Amino acid sequence: MASFKPTKIPIYPKLGEKVTQDTVYWKNYKAPVQIKEFGAVTNIHFSPVAPHNYAVTAFTRIHIYGPFSQEPVKSFTRFKDTAYCGRYRSDGQLLVAGCEDSVVRLFDVSGKVALRMFKGHTKAVHVTDFTSERYHIFTGSDDYTCRLWDIPNATELNTYQEHTDYIRCGVTSKLNRDLFITGSYDHTLKLFDARVDKSVITMDHGQPVESVLLYPSEGLVVSAGGRYVKVWDLLKGGQPLVSLKNHHKTVTSLCLSSNGQRLLSASLDRHVKVYNTTNFRVVHNFDYAASVLSLALAPDDESIIVGMTNGVLSIKHRKSPEESKEVSHQQRRRPSYRVFVKGKNYMPKQDDYLVSKPVREYLTKYDKHLKKFNISKALDSALQGPSKRKPEVTVAVIKELDRRGTLKNALAGRDEKALSELLHFITKNMVDFRFAPVLVPAANMILDIYRSVIGQSPVVDRQLLYLQDLLQKEINYQQELLDVLGMLDTLFASSVPRKELLCSSSSRTNGLAQGETASTARPELQAT
Amino acid sequence: MVEHGDIRVVHRGGIARYCRFLCERGIFCCCRFLLCGSGYEVKVFSTSTEECIHDLRAHTDLVTGVLLRPSNHLQAYSCSTDGTVRLWDYTDGILIKTYVIGYPIYSIYTSANHSGVLFVVTPTSDKRSEFQLVAVHLPQSGDQLVEAREFSAVLSDVSSNPAATSFGRGGEYIASAKGLQLEVYFFKKQKPYRFFLKEDNKKGGKNTFTCLACHPKDDCIATGHEDGKIRLWRNFNHKKEYTYTTLHWHHSAVSSLCFTPEGTNLLSGGIESVLVQWRYNQESQRDFLPRLGAAITHIAVSPDGALFCTSHSDNKITIIRSSIQVSAVIQGLVKGDSVRTDLMVDPRSKALVLNGKPGHLQFYSLQRDKLLYNLDIVQQEYIHQSGLEQFEVVKAAFDAYGNWLATVEERKQKPTELELNLKLWAFDEQTQSFMLNTTISAPHEARITAMCFCHSTDSQTTVLVSVSKDGHFKAWQLAPATHTEDEGPSWSCDFVGAYHSLVPECCCFSADGSLLAVSFQEVVTVWSPASWELLTTLSQPPGAIRNLCFGQLTCSKYLLGTTDKNLLCCWNLLTCSLEWSTSMDVSLLLSDPFSENMAAFCCQAGCTDLFVFKPSEPRPLFSHKAVCLGKVTRAVFAPREKMLESCEETSQWLNHSQLYFVTQYMDLLTFTTKAEEDRLMASSKQLVISDSVAMTPFSVLLGKRSQQEGQEAASSLLAERTQLPQGSAAVRELLQTPAHVLPSTSFLCSMFVESLLISVTDNRKKGRTIYNYFIVAQQHFMSKIE
Repeated sequence: MASFKPTKIPIYPKLGEKVTQDTVYWKNYKAPVQIKEFGAVTNIHFSPVAPHNYAVTAFTRIHIYGPFSQEPVKSFTRFKDTAYCGRYRSDGQLLVAGCEDSVVRLFDVSGKVALRMFKGHTKAVHVTDFTSERYHIFTGSDDYTCRLWDIPNATELNTYQEHTDYIRCGVTSKLNRDLFITGSYDHTLKLFDARVDKSVITMDHGQPVESVLLYPSEGLVVSAGGRYVKVWDLLKGGQPLVSLKNHHKTVTSLCLSSNGQRLLSASLDRHVKVYNTTNFRVVHNFDYAASVLSLALAPDDESIIVGMTNGVLSIKHRKSPEESKEVSHQQRRRPSYRVFVKGKNYMPKQDDYLVSKPVREYLTKYDKHLKKFNISKALDSALQGPSKRKPEVTVAVIKELDRRGTLKNALAGRDEKALSELLHFITKNMVDFRFAPVLVPAANMILDIYRSVIGQSPVVDRQLLYLQDLLQKEINYQQELLDVLGMLDTLFASSVPRKELLCSSSSRTNGLAQGETASTARPELQAT
Repeated sequence: MVEHGDIRVVHRGGIARYCRFLCERGIFCCCRFLLCGSGYEVKVFSTSTEECIHDLRAHTDLVTGVLLRPSNHLQAYSCSTDGTVRLWDYTDGILIKTYVIGYPIYSIYTSANHSGVLFVVTPTSDKRSEFQLVAVHLPQSGDQLVEAREFSAVLSDVSSNPAATSFGRGGEYIASAKGLQLEVYFFKKQKPYRFFLKEDNKKGGKNTFTCLACHPKDDCIATGHEDGKIRLWRNFNHKKEYTYTTLHWHHSAVSSLCFTPEGTNLLSGGIESVLVQWRYNQESQRDFLPRLGAAITHIAVSPDGALFCTSHSDNKITIIRSSIQVSAVIQGLVKGDSVRTDLMVDPRSKALVLNGKPGHLQFYSLQRDKLLYNLDIVQQEYIHQSGLEQFEVVKAAFDAYGNWLATVEERKQKPTELELNLKLWAFDEQTQSFMLNTTISAPHEARITAMCFCHSTDSQTTVLVSVSKDGHFKAWQLAPATHTEDEGPSWSCDFVGAYHSLVPECCCFSADGSLLAVSFQEVVTVWSPASWELLTTLSQPPGAIRNLCFGQLTCSKYLLGTTDKNLLCCWNLLTCSLEWSTSMDVSLLLSDPFSENMAAFCCQAGCTDLFVFKPSEPRPLFSHKAVCLGKVTRAVFAPREKMLESCEETSQWLNHSQLYFVTQYMDLLTFTTKAEEDRLMASSKQLVISDSVAMTPFSVLLGKRSQQEGQEAASSLLAERTQLPQGSAAVRELLQTPAHVLPSTSFLCSMFVESLLISVTDNRKKGRTIYNYFIVAQQHFMSKIE
């Protein structure tokens, strides 16, 4: 005698993206805080020292925000025109910024007025940065030049005129006081050495370079321009390593996660993508409301700050461990230790005869009813109780009843309350494509059974009307989807015009083969 | 059975043997033995070990009934449609007597009150469809073969169903039911009473009688009906004042009823496969034994009432204790309506695999002729109800090593709704069985017509190809584990192929797995599984391809196909041209994976011919006309455990493997050579002898002792036979010594008892003591004579 086989609950594949370590990590941020700036946010830079304030360059101001403040802690407003590239020095004391009016200003973070003004560029300065020995400043400008300045004297040390277009990005080496890299709209990246008068390495990106990033080890450099993100190996003399094309608009900003394992790129297509730096695959994706111009990650990835063209600064803070734990629902209280181990810690003596206890099989409530062929009760218990939250369980029970040919009997003979409960479940889950094949016939049956009593209960009538509405909507959706599919088909068909030719050629060879076989078959036939 | 040289076709695995098994009544002889008719023989089973102890073979047609002889419970009658009743000593398996009746017999009854009379159901001489109950007076004669001539008709127009007639209390009356009529014949009054039921009652239930049983101590007849009701008839010795009470639990026809010997309980069973025990006179109290596996066809109770047995429609007998607990199951090859999966051989266990119980695959050991286990594929509670569409396993395939099993199950409720599931099972070394790895629901939009694994032995990954009526074939591959850590590797679709929107029919991998051939109606397409490129197309119009098969080993360059326009073609894949073709109506073509041979079954005029050939030469190696009646539906080459060393040309093809095939009548047949058969017979005889010793405490004691002795005297020739208690040396000497030289019994007694004890002394010493005893005894005797 075989035992009763419980109803099999199918495991449906999880919809949407797969849950990976990365998605768990990058989803663990709170809802973003949005701050409206005066204009497009072009640059965000974190202070290297605690408490890690960050400077946001937007329009003619630079705002400094504290790690958790939503109001600027400080603002620098003494710009005549649009400010660019506000960056901290490595000790967090000084801040440098370029400006549309070609003047580079150096601020003390505690003061308001510029400490130094470096004049010499003839056009807007988009790139400014401190060198690693802290007393020099490197700038790049729309006049195709990049210059090195001495802070104490406010004098120009050197000028490099190698680029042939606007210099829009650049970064200094953190390990070597003399090295810096610039990216320009002439499609090239150039590595300069302050000890010589010209660039040491030139790399051709192929697109106007929008952003440059150095790895912490400084062996690799990442450049963004056009739709491409490219990685170059400096130790091999600027050999291209990878070219990534994951955005469909210009990539504007790059950033590395705190442990250097993930690379983030922001683009005008309103996405921020996270790459794994070992295989350069996209592991996560953030969507934003507007084109993203600037991107920064706080130390330890505590927050993601994104500046957009519409002047909105979006700040996402990481959830604290308590908050993230709240998501996983509370665990049931277990029986106390004493009850739990009762009799289990008894050690059998040598001559003891062990009587094995038969393993008791536990059946869920609906299975118990199904075992006894109590079909209506089985359906009731599947609709209520703990399986209420899991539609797949209820659907599996309905399917099982259908298999037994008794679904109609189980659905019939219900009062207003039970029927409305059933209808509620069906309207809730019918449009789910996983459940539709089971629930649509069930809904049909309900309509057949209860046709005669329609109009007697306002509750049921309302639900039936809602069901009708829902179905109409669903039909419209399907119609639209089919339309889109048709459009796509024509597009694909037009993009692969050669397909037709291939087919005919293959059929021609087929005909040839047939001819051959037929001709060879004759003598053989006679032979056999 | 057709003789052909020394190769002959034999029934195997008992589909043929067992399939009739279920229509017979199993009967108990005592608690120890169970008799049942099975095909042309009667089988005697042990109720404790479930082993078949004897095959009582003498009938030349189907055995229709088995019955204990009321005057001697160690003998049993069996009747058959060959027109004879045979009397057997079933404990020793000896045929005692044969009574020739001359008419086909459909059932047999007897009662202790009617000694020397047998009641048999035979067709009336003029009409074959009408049956009568005839009393046969058995002539008293010492001969083995006796012709019975004294007949007297008792009842005319009875049912041929053995369950529809029964003797009443002490043999005073006999009751028989047919259609809507119950007839009771009283032997004293020599008068039948007839009772009629209306055709349908108000609710539309059918009142037709299906079976009946008479209470052994009381005047009560229980009848089962088509609508599941049981009626208990009383007071039926009056024409008008009869009464009946109705019991209703079964939802469909009651197929068997049986009272326990004391009459305290009534057992009933039907298609629900639930054994119901009703208390007599307290019918509201019922006990159930649910989920017995298949519809109950017959119930029997042992004479002491301690055991029940139910025979089931799936070739199974369940032995149940009177406490309603299953104690043993005797299971033959599970018989279904048809083998929907192909016949397969499990590469690991070398077992034959085919459809078993509904929703299961059965693994049947061909070497031991025994069901190994059933693998539950569908994993759903089977609802025993007629007319219900259930999931059925329709396709199955093993990979080369038996590591993977792929199954397809389908359920067709309405023509538009087809539920399909493709399941992949991984062999688990620890549990030694298949574990479900992946379930793919709706792998195709229409029915899957063929499925095969890539059989190459060297490739790391396995590919499964399924071919469906929806015009596509799909390749499935084991995908590595996804980056989430909770799951192992699972199967996913690798490639979907189609050709000119034609419907594919069959698929086949070449022996090395480098080529896949898929037939699309008239065209055979050859694909490369490595790149999924269409390499070439072959066709030989007219006629769609029916079978497709690659050659094996040295003939692996050949691809063979059969068309439904009676053509067998052989293509050479190196030249992509037709090598040879011949006109044959091949219904089934298969290749032997262990040799180059191919087998083709041709169906002609209701008979099937077999041709065995090599693809390299179109001359058959072996041909056999009229292998069996009807079409051969499935066939398989099973590897042999031991290779045969036959060098005759006609039987050489049987050296590596054995060909098993199933006909449309669900007979499993195979080819054997003469030498092999002789060996088999010898081994089966030996088995019977060693099994027949009953396990009593005495035999345990003696067996132990004799075993020890056997170990001691390992060199002696008698070692093999010392299993029996007579083997003891002392006892043997006792028996062999002439009676007049024996000492007195009191003197011998101690010696005899001593010989039963487990000896601790060594053999030689004991031998000497016995010898001394004899000398003493002889001297004693001599002195007496003097």
